[in-house]
Amino acid sequence: MSRRNRTPNVWLSRTAVNGALLLAVGYMLFPLAWLVTAATKDAGGLLAGDAFSFEGFDLAGNLSRLAEQGDGVYFRWYLNSLLYAGVGAAGCALISVAAGYAFHSYDFRAKEKLFGVVLLGVLVPSTALALPMYLLASEIGAVNTAWAVLIPVLVNPFGVYLARVFCAGYIPDEALEAARIDGAGELRTFWSIGLRMVMPGFVTIFLFQFTAIWNNFFLPLVMLSDQNLFPLSLGLYAWNSNAHAEPGYYPLVVTGSLLAVVPLVVAFVSLQRHWKAGLTAGSVK
Amino acid sequence: MKARTRAAICLLTPFFVLFTAVTAIPIGYAVWLSLFTEKQSGLGFGGSESVFNGLGNYTAALGDRAFREGFGVLLGYCLLYIPLLLAGALGLALLLDSTLARARRFFQLALFLPHAVPGIIAALIWVYLYTPQLSPVVEAMEAGGIGFDFFSPEGSLPSVVNIALWEWLGYNMVIFYAALQAIDRSVLEAATVDGAGAWRIAFGIKLPLIRASLVMVGLFTVIGSLQLFTEPLILNKGTGSAVTSTWTPNMYAYTAAFDRNDYGLAAAASVLLALTAALLSFGVTRLTGRRKERTA
Repeated sequence: MSRRNRTPNVWLSRTAVNGALLLAVGYMLFPLAWLVTAATKDAGGLLAGDAFSFEGFDLAGNLSRLAEQGDGVYFRWYLNSLLYAGVGAAGCALISVAAGYAFHSYDFRAKEKLFGVVLLGVLVPSTALALPMYLLASEIGAVNTAWAVLIPVLVNPFGVYLARVFCAGYIPDEALEAARIDGAGELRTFWSIGLRMVMPGFVTIFLFQFTAIWNNFFLPLVMLSDQNLFPLSLGLYAWNSNAHAEPGYYPLVVTGSLLAVVPLVVAFVSLQRHWKAGLTAGSVK
Repeated sequence: MKARTRAAICLLTPFFVLFTAVTAIPIGYAVWLSLFTEKQSGLGFGGSESVFNGLGNYTAALGDRAFREGFGVLLGYCLLYIPLLLAGALGLALLLDSTLARARRFFQLALFLPHAVPGIIAALIWVYLYTPQLSPVVEAMEAGGIGFDFFSPEGSLPSVVNIALWEWLGYNMVIFYAALQAIDRSVLEAATVDGAGAWRIAFGIKLPLIRASLVMVGLFTVIGSLQLFTEPLILNKGTGSAVTSTWTPNMYAYTAAFDRNDYGLAAAASVLLALTAALLSFGVTRLTGRRKERTA
């Protein structure tokens, strides 16, 4: 009897729970849906404000205008973003894993104190550093070069923390001992055994740093003034600033934004396992 | 033993050299710069020279109403944003973790997606959605009898909070959900057998068990909130919004450096901001650390 009583109750609760989740998904996805439909419109259709429809459909026109504007500077920005994010994230992941591996595998004096410095680094607000970094870079003539936006992103204290957690999870001490007994040098052991075993962690740190660099805005804004060095975020910002005076820029900004979002969405959809692992390693324990 | 020490040094050096270059030295340089001010020499023709100014830049920043109001804005932002973010992310994570939820992978991915959108683009999208002539949202709200001006003085804070929530809600939900999933299921089964209801389990058992992630998310959110810059900058430019160019302390520092070329003042503002972050994170860790001792 109790069972018969409970069934509609469970059904009701289930509807409520999943309904609430769907509502949240709606909130998350409708701005993205708007971005997709807006990117297909010409300036007139966009300003007419008939959102979520395909009126004034001109995706091809928008794309070709995007390619033509400023001699194809948009795709230059795209390549810059790929370069900064790709090289920066790979370098950062390698540097972080090397340090995390050292913290995991070796005992040395002041180890935990040094690790404490890393943890303190996590708490430093990065935008408070950008300005002094700009002034330093202008002292040494590095302002307005790719180095100015590439070198700072090689450092991520949280990446070192994650790498240590991952090493503890993925590298059994026996594996390192076995390599040493076989006569492998310490750096050789790191390179061919440690790094290989902790590869899922490497990919996770890479993914997170790639996103962070791709989305980075403040550092390039401060450091770069040459349009040809801009990443996408800064380029779109510049176009948006023009759009207030020249509405023809609106479709460029919207279509450019859509294309700029695509690689990250693809990365997150296809690498779900990794970003979840990263968030878990950071949060549990 | 010696070989191992050498290897440890080799592996740690790249990180610590770069860390020193892009964190420690800039902090030191900012403090140094904040003690100097530029003075025009002669009649202002002969360029300028740096003069020691003691704590003058700090008193100048703290004496500036715009700078103090920036901290007021941050306070209001934190008071509105952090409870909404924590409650929202936690609520969604508990819903997803309940036995009733379906299609969990889909929900996780869909809720996480906005995090893949760069902050600047998120801000651009929402500014379009806030603009009365462009927006289906404003139109729908007006049709429903709600007139809300997202660019008005009272509307600015909710406008920025909404963008930040959209960007971070799903991200933090996934962190909480991962922590919830790590809870030993036998604990929950035992509670069910003892007759605890769903609410009781959620708030009496699950919540205390994931307190560590709550603290971590809270800490990172506070530090992130203090750096508020990109979203209000977009609202500031050409939308006719009430967001000023010195709306947050970070925007104040940026304006001081690049519009007024007053590096000393900008450095002092940056240092004050970093100090606030340090004090707050120290406070949060102290507070939660003490509570942990008490329960232990």
